[in-house]
Amino acid sequence: MHATLTSGAIDCDLHPAVPTIKALMPYLEEHWQDAFIARGIDHFNPMSYPPNAPLTCRPDWREPGVFPGSDLTALQKNALDAFGTRYAICNTVYGGQIATSETMGAAMCQAVNDWIRAEWLDRDHRLRASIVVPPQDPAAAVEEIERCAVDQRFVQIMLPVGVEMMLGRKFYWPIYEAAQRHNLPVGLHAGLMYRFAPTSTGWPSHYLQDYASITQTFEDQLLSLVSQGVFSKFEDLTVVLIESGVTWLPGFLWRAVKTWRGVRPEVPWVKESPAETIRRHVRLTAQPIDAPADGAQLGRIMDQIGSDDMLLFATDFPHWQFDGREVLPPGLPDRLVEKIMIENPLRTYTRLEGTVQ
Amino acid sequence: MSKHVVAPVTEFLDGTHRLVHINGRTIAVFNIDGEFFGIANACPHQGGSLCDGHLGSLVTSDSPGQYRLERKGEILRCPWHGWEFDIRSGQSWCDPKRIRTRSYQVDVKEGFELVKGPYVADTFTVSVEDRYVVIEA
Ligand code: FES
Repeated sequence: MHATLTSGAIDCDLHPAVPTIKALMPYLEEHWQDAFIARGIDHFNPMSYPPNAPLTCRPDWREPGVFPGSDLTALQKNALDAFGTRYAICNTVYGGQIATSETMGAAMCQAVNDWIRAEWLDRDHRLRASIVVPPQDPAAAVEEIERCAVDQRFVQIMLPVGVEMMLGRKFYWPIYEAAQRHNLPVGLHAGLMYRFAPTSTGWPSHYLQDYASITQTFEDQLLSLVSQGVFSKFEDLTVVLIESGVTWLPGFLWRAVKTWRGVRPEVPWVKESPAETIRRHVRLTAQPIDAPADGAQLGRIMDQIGSDDMLLFATDFPHWQFDGREVLPPGLPDRLVEKIMIENPLRTYTRLEGTVQ
Repeated sequence: MSKHVVAPVTEFLDGTHRLVHINGRTIAVFNIDGEFFGIANACPHQGGSLCDGHLGSLVTSDSPGQYRLERKGEILRCPWHGWEFDIRSGQSWCDPKRIRTRSYQVDVKEGFELVKGPYVADTFTVSVEDRYVVIEA
């Protein structure tokens, strides 16, 4: 990877982290400040990324005593300056989106959004952010979208990919309606509310299984969105799969199309092949890609995906997905590289162009 | 292309179909409410026998959760994997531009017209007084 290659790129997934609930205190409503102090619980980071797991932070990005991702200076140095990033989209993964209480979830999401705006967006003009909303309560989620969307630096709505129901259900449609109305893509990030086992056949024993199996959840949710007619109803909606991996996509599309051809009458509102719908409405961050070692094979997979518009550049900072500057794996066709870096993100996040410098 | 007599109209009942074999091809001919249609019988997917599939309607929708039936009795579903074909055009519903089964012109002709011109009627004699289902293939 040449230093110049990434300059001006748009990093579509990086993770500022809330170190402890203390950091959110100034942004929480009084009642919740009080409640969190009374409960004495400090840490609401989801266990999708245990602090010492190798994946959670690249070794050379770790700093003693610092919760991975919680330091702005480190993010500026290692992610923004190192790659010459023009814009970077902050996706904060935190407990508000997982809490079993709707009200606690909503309070934490609201605090995270105000925290990211004040402590990150206001301090670096390159930063943009996703609005985190409580999937426990779509009405509260819509309220939060309305509250935040006036600030054009919020460019996406983020949900964990595994929630309490399949995402195509009408329960979630108010979120999609608000998303479409505000030109905000809905980003589904790897991670679960853990209301169900992370695999469809039960609880895994190891982190390896938990992380690797998430692609299954992405497939399930994608097909739920298509077959329940979310993209038929919300024709301008874009869904971004964040940290989903990429190379599983062709096989999934073939299977979805094949099955749809045989049982199409049960979902007559799906008026075209699911692959076409997905190519038009769905984007994926290119970190990780889960590439085969042989670059030529990756080129073939890109052809099988059948669209140059779908991938978005991302470092996934501070997660350990690559070393040095090898942010894109070898074998990605040249025509794609530039699109991935700039053109695809700008088309996906239309708010980026409109934002005040 | 040549004309082939499939059957006398009186013997080809409404709601039935017949298979005809012409130059090594198997063609399914249908009588739907007195209108005749012919399509190549082998499904373009993997060769399922289309005439054995369900002849039903096209299920369409105006919005998610709503169902509407159109084209009653004109959509053939392959018995093997369920792909749908338009009996009029031979086009598949799932990928109409690329996946289709060939369709053939089927007409009803008076016997006296047929006895004049070249036609093929393998298994029976055409009489001037009757009317016949004729396929061009
Ligand atoms: S053979 Fe007809 S659908 Fe497969």
